[in-house]
Amino acid sequence: MPDLSKPYDVLVAGGGNAALCAAITARQNGASVLLIESAPRAFRGGNSRHTRNLRAMHTGPTGVLTEAYLEDEYWDDLKRVTGGNTDEALARMTIRASAGVFGWMKESGVQFQPSLTGTLNLSRTNAFFLGGGKALVNAYYLTAERLGVDILYDSEVLALHLDNGTVRQADITHKGFPRTVTARCVVAASGGFQANLDWMRQYWGDAVDNFVIRGTPYNRGRILKNLLDQGVAPVGDPTQCHAVALDARAPKFDGGITTRLDSVPYSIVVNRDGERFYDEGEDVWPKRYAIWGRLIAQQPGQIAYSVCDAKSVPLFMPSVFPAMVAPTLEALAGKLGLDPAKLVATVERYNQAVAEDAAGRFNNTKLDGCATQGLEPPKTNWARRIDKAPFTGYPLRPGITFTYLGVRVNDRARVLMEDGRPAGNLFASGEIMAGNILGKGYLAGFGMTIGTVFGRIAGEEAARHARN
Amino acid sequence: MQETDAIADARREIEVCNACRYCEGFCAVFPAVELKREFSAGDLSYLANLCHGCRGCYYACQYAPPHEWGINVPRSLALVRDQSYAEYAWPPRLAGAFARNGVTVAASIAAGIALMLLLTIGFVSDAALYGAHKVVPGSFYQVIPLWMMQLVGVATFGFSLVALGMGAARFWRDAGTPAPIGPRAVLTAVHDALSLKNLGGGGGGCNDNSERFSLRRRYLHHAMMYGFLLCFAATCTGFYDHAILGLAAPYPFLSAPVLLGTLGGIGLLVGTFGLFAMKLVADPGPTARELLGADVALLALLFFAALTGIALLALRGTGGMGIALAVHLGVILALFVTLPYSKMVHGVYRAAALLRAAAEHRVGVGG
Repeated sequence: MPDLSKPYDVLVAGGGNAALCAAITARQNGASVLLIESAPRAFRGGNSRHTRNLRAMHTGPTGVLTEAYLEDEYWDDLKRVTGGNTDEALARMTIRASAGVFGWMKESGVQFQPSLTGTLNLSRTNAFFLGGGKALVNAYYLTAERLGVDILYDSEVLALHLDNGTVRQADITHKGFPRTVTARCVVAASGGFQANLDWMRQYWGDAVDNFVIRGTPYNRGRILKNLLDQGVAPVGDPTQCHAVALDARAPKFDGGITTRLDSVPYSIVVNRDGERFYDEGEDVWPKRYAIWGRLIAQQPGQIAYSVCDAKSVPLFMPSVFPAMVAPTLEALAGKLGLDPAKLVATVERYNQAVAEDAAGRFNNTKLDGCATQGLEPPKTNWARRIDKAPFTGYPLRPGITFTYLGVRVNDRARVLMEDGRPAGNLFASGEIMAGNILGKGYLAGFGMTIGTVFGRIAGEEAARHARN
Repeated sequence: MQETDAIADARREIEVCNACRYCEGFCAVFPAVELKREFSAGDLSYLANLCHGCRGCYYACQYAPPHEWGINVPRSLALVRDQSYAEYAWPPRLAGAFARNGVTVAASIAAGIALMLLLTIGFVSDAALYGAHKVVPGSFYQVIPLWMMQLVGVATFGFSLVALGMGAARFWRDAGTPAPIGPRAVLTAVHDALSLKNLGGGGGGCNDNSERFSLRRRYLHHAMMYGFLLCFAATCTGFYDHAILGLAAPYPFLSAPVLLGTLGGIGLLVGTFGLFAMKLVADPGPTARELLGADVALLALLFFAALTGIALLALRGTGGMGIALAVHLGVILALFVTLPYSKMVHGVYRAAALLRAAAEHRVGVGG
């Protein structure tokens, strides 16, 4: 048990990738560091434990990355997914810095592997962690312990007392007991608020009861709210979150990657009333999977059902739950809890709208233009008749990955106040500030890039500031 | 392979792995999983025997206990692996030897030593048994006649080889592959078996008792495995010296059988003791504690085989030679007899599993 009566140079609130990068870097720069993780040890690491890779700029093939991925292409990708909802200077700085993190990550124990398989081929743009994000988190904790970072689990920073832009002290709980900690600098790396259902309810109403939170239940946004209440400048739309379509049987929290379902483009999706509501074949799935969480969230009961026939089953990665399979559509409707007559009518209407030559033109490897005719909403690609038994269905729910609301920072990870001044001794890294750069949409592996780059900057700056 | 609770648990977990795939860089198991969507009991037996128990996947798993899914692949596959030993045992009526394998093996050691002591005490004169011997050709055979050593050795070892072969055939029928076995697959499998590549965990090694990686287990297993093979080579060269060159044991210290045997014995002592010590401090999380008896029994058997062999070398010029020889041969007898009915069989099934993995990886078939 560390001595909490002495002041630390750096207090890190949070225990995921961004927090660990900050803590290790600050310690390497000579600071005494206390890291406070709200989860118990077994569930440490925030959402980082569910991640798998980091998106990195590189000018040529490296040990784990193929070809090249240059700044402008990276920036274009980011601009496209965010729809311009980003800060170009911060984004480009992050992108450039991403090229230089590997040496430090490897020294800190992170191992990489070549990308072998997966539904999304990312071996050019993303470096994969051997064993995934939890292995990365494990490596960082080992390094932090070895360097002498003090670590508290089952402990949470409840409030940072800001006085004229400077944190004077922190209220924490340690294994249920209230304590006070003083530190010369603070790094807020405690994530977003997507696991705080009451906060989410303010924007989504009771629909949140039907949301699945894909990641940690410990991202409750306590520090985020605490800081925003004390005049820290907000960034990002508070009502928005990244939401994908998940198998409805996923656990409420921490289901991670395995509950995702990729069947949508090769199926039709109906709501509780057996009605279609959106173009399932609008674009390739990697470009569209992130809109389906929202689409389902807007349906009655926040539930939908993906229905396909035997032809389509081999074309997508199944979720971890067994498919619902039945010899007839009526029987499948029964299994899914839908009105059989409604489902049959919807499928018939859809089948009649499928092009005559669809079977010959269908091509799942590209946008094949196999569209329905005269159907509303249309299915604009991969529209084939659903007629080959057995029929397969999956129930779908919105799965929340993260929220966009955060604290505004500058390029030295310094938190900015509402009046634009930088806070005296407060820095931020990770999901709590990702909205500065990723204000909308999602780019695979970019969250880890932001956390790593800003974690290292925050750690370095905090250590430097603490010494002065 | 029969459908059991262990098979059902392993199937549930492997299906989660197949939807996740984060661990594919650790070892051969996960790439093998990715070739399939559905897993028969035979497939799970194959995967269980392919698993080297490095535990990398346990510490990396976002679904490991206390997560509500409780994914614990090393433990689940260890339980299936243990059942597979009984499943493929030949003759099948001896499968019961695996039920409480620690007791079986320990009792075999005791029985082997007791039998040899009783036989020597009963049939050999006190002078020959307890007298000081010179290290001269034929001195061993004054204690135990050559014909008896050869008869018992060839009979028990021969039977065990047949039983192991039958077990391998039964494994392959149930858990093998229709994929063609080419020379490259064989070379890959041999390389992977001899290098214990799959205890490398993607570079860092195994997780011994925490998130920390080390190559300790791989090196200790190497010491044990190559020690065992050196001892086997010692036996073969001894046989050659005797049968072809007509030289009777004991051999001088600077001879192939004694040098190989000594080196191998030291390797066995270091390897078995080290692996045993690691079990004492192992994290119980990813381990199947109920199988500890079988593990420790085999380590003990190999340890005593080496220890008594080295003791015999040390005592062969003294009055202790007679008893030392009887004890050593008693342990070796137990080793020969329990070869197909102890954890020793893992070597055969693992090699076969590596062969299937290499063959399927090459052609990318699964089913």
